[in-house]
Formats: sequence, C-alpha cells, structure tokens
Amino acid sequence: MKIMVAVKRVVDYAVRIRVKPDKSGVETQNVKMSMNPFCEIALEEALKIKEAGLAKEVVAVTMGPANCVDTLRTGLAMGADRGIHVEAARELVPLTVAKVLKRLVEVENPGLLILGKQAIDDDCNQTGQMIAGLLGWPQGTFASKVVLDKEKQVATVDREVDGGLETICLDLPAVITTDLRLNQPRYATLPNIMKAKSKPIKKYTSEELNVEIKSDLEIVQVTEPPKRKAGVILSSVDELIDKLKNEAHVI
Amino acid sequence: MSLQVIVSVGSMNNIISFNKVSGILVCEAGCILENLISFLDNQGFIMPLDLGAKGSCQIGGNVSTNAGGLRLVRYGSLHGNVLGVEAVLANGDVLDMLGTLRKDNTGYDLKHLFIGSEGSLGIVTKVSILTPPKLSSVNIAFLACKDYSSCQKLLMEAKRKLGEILSAFEFLDNQAMNLVLHHLDGVRNPLPASMHSFYVLIETTGSDESYDREKLEAFLLSSMEGGLISDGVLAQDINQASSFWRIREGVPEALMKAGAVYKYDLSLPVEKMYNLVDDMRVRLGNLAKVVGFGHLGDGNLHLNISAPQYDDTILEQIEPYVYEWTFKHRGSISAEHGLGLMKANKIHYSKSPETVQIMASIKKLLDPNGILNPYKVLPH
Repeated sequence: MKIMVAVKRVVDYAVRIRVKPDKSGVETQNVKMSMNPFCEIALEEALKIKEAGLAKEVVAVTMGPANCVDTLRTGLAMGADRGIHVEAARELVPLTVAKVLKRLVEVENPGLLILGKQAIDDDCNQTGQMIAGLLGWPQGTFASKVVLDKEKQVATVDREVDGGLETICLDLPAVITTDLRLNQPRYATLPNIMKAKSKPIKKYTSEELNVEIKSDLEIVQVTEPPKRKAGVILSSVDELIDKLKNEAHVI
Repeated sequence: MSLQVIVSVGSMNNIISFNKVSGILVCEAGCILENLISFLDNQGFIMPLDLGAKGSCQIGGNVSTNAGGLRLVRYGSLHGNVLGVEAVLANGDVLDMLGTLRKDNTGYDLKHLFIGSEGSLGIVTKVSILTPPKLSSVNIAFLACKDYSSCQKLLMEAKRKLGEILSAFEFLDNQAMNLVLHHLDGVRNPLPASMHSFYVLIETTGSDESYDREKLEAFLLSSMEGGLISDGVLAQDINQASSFWRIREGVPEALMKAGAVYKYDLSLPVEKMYNLVDDMRVRLGNLAKVVGFGHLGDGNLHLNISAPQYDDTILEQIEPYVYEWTFKHRGSISAEHGLGLMKANKIHYSKSPETVQIMASIKKLLDPNGILNPYKVLPH
C-alpha cells in the first residue's frame, strides 16, 4: 500500500509573528519557515506505518512556489521515499489544495492519505475534510491514535473530540488528519539527509493536473489582536461594585 | 568580617538609547539580559552574548564578570563588544567612560579594568555595547563523535569549512548526556540508537537560509564520510533547535539534581583538554562521577565532579591536582567564572607574581580602604 502525506511550508511555530505595516498579511520576509508541525506528525505516522511493514511507500506532497521544495527535502530527510511538488505562484486555499490532491490521488492511488489537522498559519482545518468529500472517502480527523489492519483493510482511529476520545473504524482507502498527541516526530538524521539527496521529486504544474488555481476568498485586512489592558488592583468592595456598574456595565 | 552592605542595581534598568545604524546600545547596569535580547529582537539585532542564566542575569554583572557564554566563538568577548562603561568608584566619584565609539585611541583604555574585575575596582552603572544584526538563518546540528580526538578535528574542520557562519561549538561527554537524560524532564535523546562517547553541538548563523543549509550539510556529510562524526541529526525547526540547546544548557541543572558537585572552569589547550577528565576518572575511581562538557570552540572545559555528598576525601583528590595540571599546561584556572572568594588565593596558578603585584597596586589606587568586594579576586 502507498501512503500519501501532504505537507505545508509555514512560518516556524516558534517565531514571534509580526503583522505587515500595510495590514495585508503577516511578515514572512527573513522569517524562519518550517514544515507545519501537524504535517510533521502526519509524516511521522506514515513512516511508522511503513516501518511496521504495513505500507510499501511514503510519498510527500507539497504545493506552492519554488521554496516549498525545502519542506519536501525535510520530509525526504525524515524518511519519505519520494516527493511531489505542485508549482503554484500564489497562496492556495484549502479547496484548491483539496482539488489538486484529488488529481494526485487519481494518479498515485494511495491506500491512505494523511494530513495535519490544520496549518498553523491559517488554522483552517478544512483540507482533510474537503478532500475526503471530493474523493468520497471516509475520514478520521483529529487522530490521536491510528491502528491499521492490513487483512481487513481498515484503519481504527481514536479522535480527540470535545467530550473526550471517539473511536471510529474506516474502510481503506481513507483520509486521516493528525492531532498533536498522535506521535513525536523523529529528527532528520545525517544518513537520511544524505539518502534524501538522491530521492526523486516530481514537479507538476496546475495546468498539467487540470486544476484552476483560484480563490473565492479575499483577505481584506490582517490586524493584531487588541493588546490586553493591565489589570487594576482595587482597594475596596465598594470600588469594585462602582467599577462593575459604571465602567464595565455588567451589573 | 565587618559590617557588609550589598548594593543591587536592579532598579536601574532603563534602556538609554539605541542606534539602529551602528547597533550601539546604551543601557543601565540593572537591565536583565533576556529583556535586552527581546528589545533588540524588535529592532533586528541581538546581544553579542548568550548564556543559560539570561532570564535573571543583569548586564552590569555580565560586564563586571566578563561573562563568556555560548556565542563567544562567533562574537568574541565583552572586552571587544563593550564600547563604554560608567562606573562608580569607592570614593563616590562617577567615572564616565561611556563612549560609543568603535575606535578611540586617546590614552589608556580604563574601561577594560572594570570588565571582569568582579566589582572590586568600581560598581558598573551603565554600559554601552555593540550589538550584531540579527541574522535570519540559524541552523543547528547535534552530533556524535567516537573519541575526543574526533571532536578536536571536527572543530578544526568546522572553523575552516563553516568559517564566518559558525556561531557555536559545544561539547558534552557521555556522562554529561546520561545525567541530563536521567534528571531533566521533557528531554529526549536526539541520537537514541546507541550511546556515544562524545556529543557535539554545532550552530551556524547567517543571512541566507539555503546557502547556509547547503554549506552545513556539505560539511556534515563530508565529516561523516571522513569518520569524524559517527551519527548526527539536523534540526528542522526552531523547536528542535531549542531541544538541542536544552540538553547542553541543562547539564549544570542536571548535576545539581544529582547531588554534590565540585565545579571547575578551565581554559586548556584543546588537544590536552580531555586528558584532564580521563586523569581525574583514574584518580577518583568509584568515589565520584567525572563529567566533562563546555565551550570546545573556545578551549573552555567545564570539569564537574559529581558525588552523592560533599566529602573531603574527594576534594583532596581534586585539589590542588586540577590547578597544578592547569598550571603545567599554562591554562587558566578560571576561564569565564572568575575568581571571587573561592579561587582568589589560587590566582598564582595562572598569573605571575609580578602581574599580581601590579593588580594589587591598581586595587590600592582605586579602592584604598578595600571596601569594594573585599577578599575577592586578589589573594588575601
């Protein structure tokens, strides 16, 4: 079985984000970019499944401008077998990503498609669900545990939901999106970095895949959240009641 | 001892000025290093020094002790980065040496007396320091070497092949690694496959991510092919980078949790450095655990001896042997930690009697009544 993992290049999770002065977006010039943490977890899970002998190949996929290939290289250095780069000059929204993935799935025929539950730059949490819908595949989102049964061709997924954990069983092929507690991604070792240099990366353009890169969304403005005002220490209950009544207007 | 007064400049924590073109920062001595780092971060600059204690140490203290830290191999010592100092003398005079000039050859450069004299010649109240621009591309590798000679050769190769982008070169031995893994929470071994004898942390900082990456990878792969590295990992994001630093910076904390520690901070010729660790292991046998780690890039060994309890039989095996060993190799018995109270009487292991005499004269000149940090730095 082949596993396809979608990975995204985002501003590094630990970077202090700054909004551009023209409020058109977040500053990305000269800022450290890395693989989205949930995508790392997705790739780690795929590699573990392959190491358990339940899959033959792990293919990492990314979409965007030329510098996205850095993320693929990280994926290959972690242990993915091959990479696919779909070139796109501009920002892609989840629906477009899902449509491109659908085409790639039709070409590659993976038994499992694993994605991070969301990207930390847009926090959309949509791509996995959309691609499952477009493909008509079952989906196990917010996975905190995945157990594959090769014989029965099913995946048992524990999902993190508000009430606790939900366990579902999916017939393969299926889409899984990963949550934080699923695994701890491995480091890229030097021997694997060396091997990664000779692993193939196939390039596609959106035309070749017959997908139109467009967006129905327009970002109007990006602003920082309002700064938290300092707390005030009051000297008496009377003062508290006065403030609650006349300033906060809550009583 | 007579009445003692402790002076804290903690409330003098204002940033006075910052010049975005020159990168020259002028601030009061009580500014906490981490706060200066945050301030500069917003301006696109960094402090030329970084140490584990950045969350609590004050810049005045860093200057008074000529703190070294993790980036000395790249940015040099405070003697090079500090452009000016304002200090208050024992008689209350405020000595204004707070220049902000890169070059000023007018007379004797007195500020250097206050850098590293541990408050014994005056109290530093303001500092003017040259800060490097913050470069966006930071890469870090955690490596395993099979023996100390490989660590040395790796250092030589790193200086040559990584050149201007090398920003840190630290090492820790197997014993240090074990202590960290055992005593600290949330720390994982980046190279779990097997226990190695030595671990090296190499960091590069530059302005071009892909260029630096390529350079570092090429260096690491050729070092691996040449047998200098037996295994290694390269951090793929900032979190992984922090986890590597957590290991190296966590060694002192782990040692504290392990029990009693005898700490030595020595500058030694790089080729000889680890011989001392081996010698101490032979001397101490089962009495204590000997741990070696430190700023290999600067020739600075942190020799730490860990035992369940403090015990004079252990101390006898350590001192004066360690000091005499260091003296024989013309090393420093205190690379960056200073002399303070504990090592004031040991200064002769690293400085000649004539030199110490002149130091005493200077002390007499600036502090005739001996009120500033008495009993410290110079023999008493």
